[in-house]
Amino acid sequence: MDTTRLEKQTEDQWRIAPHGKMRVPAVIFATEPLIRDMDEKVYEQVTNVATLPGIVRASYAMPDAHWGYGFPIGGVAAFDADNGGIISAGGVGFDISCGVRTLLTGLTLDQIQAVKARLADALFHKIPAGVGSRGKLSLNDKEMNSMLVGGAQWAVKQGYGTVEDLQRVEEGGCIPDARPYEVSDRAKTRQRDEMGTLGSGNHYLEVQHVAKIFDREIASAFAIFEGDVVLSIHCGSRGLGHQIGTEFLTRMAAAASQYGIDLRDRELACAPIYSPVGQAYLGAMRGAINCALANRQIITHLVREAFTEIFPQAELSLLYDVSHNTCKVEDHIVDGTKMHLFVHRKGATRAFGPGHQAINEPLRPIGQPVLIGGTMGTASYILSGTAAGMDLAFGSACHGAGRSMSRHQALRQWRGSEVVQNLASRGVLIRSRSMRGVAEEAPGAYKDVAEVVEAADHAGLARTVARLEPVICIKG
Amino acid sequence: MTTGRWELTPHGADIGVRGIGSSKEESFEQAAVALTAVITDPNSVAAKELVEVTCEAPDDELLLVEWLNALVYEMATRTMLFARFEVHIGGHKLVGKAWGESIDVTRHELAVEVKGATCTELKAAQDAEGAWVAQCVVDV
Repeated sequence: MDTTRLEKQTEDQWRIAPHGKMRVPAVIFATEPLIRDMDEKVYEQVTNVATLPGIVRASYAMPDAHWGYGFPIGGVAAFDADNGGIISAGGVGFDISCGVRTLLTGLTLDQIQAVKARLADALFHKIPAGVGSRGKLSLNDKEMNSMLVGGAQWAVKQGYGTVEDLQRVEEGGCIPDARPYEVSDRAKTRQRDEMGTLGSGNHYLEVQHVAKIFDREIASAFAIFEGDVVLSIHCGSRGLGHQIGTEFLTRMAAAASQYGIDLRDRELACAPIYSPVGQAYLGAMRGAINCALANRQIITHLVREAFTEIFPQAELSLLYDVSHNTCKVEDHIVDGTKMHLFVHRKGATRAFGPGHQAINEPLRPIGQPVLIGGTMGTASYILSGTAAGMDLAFGSACHGAGRSMSRHQALRQWRGSEVVQNLASRGVLIRSRSMRGVAEEAPGAYKDVAEVVEAADHAGLARTVARLEPVICIKG
Repeated sequence: MTTGRWELTPHGADIGVRGIGSSKEESFEQAAVALTAVITDPNSVAAKELVEVTCEAPDDELLLVEWLNALVYEMATRTMLFARFEVHIGGHKLVGKAWGESIDVTRHELAVEVKGATCTELKAAQDAEGAWVAQCVVDV
């Protein structure tokens, strides 16, 4: 991206003044090198979002922003329903409530070294992953509706995990006001056999070790210490979320013109929050959020089963579960006034600061754990929400590295088997049914996640707590 | 003899599918082969079983999105892959046939599943030489 079109506010914050039909400014949080690497499409998309009705304060882009659908990936925007505010299917994305859940294993790297291969095989065997994989659970209509309403709470009631887990999930594991009747039969059919499955593409399950602690006090409060082994799950609402996203994109494109909303890009498809389509999408999207939370909860149960095969005494507890493709109703202070806003985060993580009522004890005084996924060859990070971040971008931070190379290019550059061998020589075991999938997801095809995290930290969006490095990676 | 062909085009995070043909129908058929190629090598898929789909949309471009999304749905719910396609378009309505087989992980090298077709880089029109081009980015 050409930086001459941006006003530099600080080393990590850039502003685009409102022009044309923009109702508010656009703000990009990134260092100069990250901005230079960003696609020009990010400029176009972040300014397009600023034209949408009811947008409050600014249209934001996180340090990992890249070309998305309507909204940039790494985009954050809040809308006021009482001021004509809209809700956008593109602003949430196709994989509704895709997110990361990290579990503490109570084990150290030394303890798992000797049984690493067995553990990798047990996890690979237990957790369905990849194209066309099916879960052991098949939901009938009644169960499907209960799952859409209950989320991870429903999963716990079915015997997947514990009530304690729910304290460490956003919304306590269940977002209210989901409307299963707004979820189409096709979306439900697509999901019927996909509960407890990882999916494919950039989704993964990773055993990681804590390689470095940046903030001892917060890390200690999160119960993470150097040398610990943790496990992270990255997946979302599977076929159900994809189908809802697809269907509402078309419905909202038609609705936008009906409500006189000028769409600069068809993917910006949206509808007023107070409109039949807007309300229908909210109800369906909340069902998809619950589906993703239930899915990660079921996978957690499967992970525990796999771990206890190798370590019968192991007790895996949740550090936290974050979603990065959502629209949530939140209260924020804007120009000294408390406002009830519909906050879209597309490829952005909620990062609430210390004291926020949405964070359960004992984490409330510390701030929300922010889980940032990296690649199977580099690192992932744990951050924590900050007080400053609440004012900067409605309590939001980045979500991952973002690709630097297309799948096409990656496939030409690497062979999957070579990637697996290379990582094995560095002590990282890969298990995947697809060598082509591994090549497309090669670590070199992604940007440097450390740079993204550093920018988020310097900008004040979140504070870096720990760096995690992969030990085992199950790729979808 | 068919003149149709397909291509995959680069995109930052996802991938573009493009079908080129001497008719609108053929470009839609070829775009569907490209959709399969995102997931696996189309030559590895046997055209054994027929699935029929119908869809409607207000214009050609959205009809392409609906057609590809209909195939995504059939692949996901039947755990199938498709190799050969036949498309008939009348006005705003498409009637399509897709021949394929169930996924067999021992024979199909599966890369990634497609979440949905999008309106990004969406085009369904004739180029300067008169060839029909049907393309869009698919989210994976």
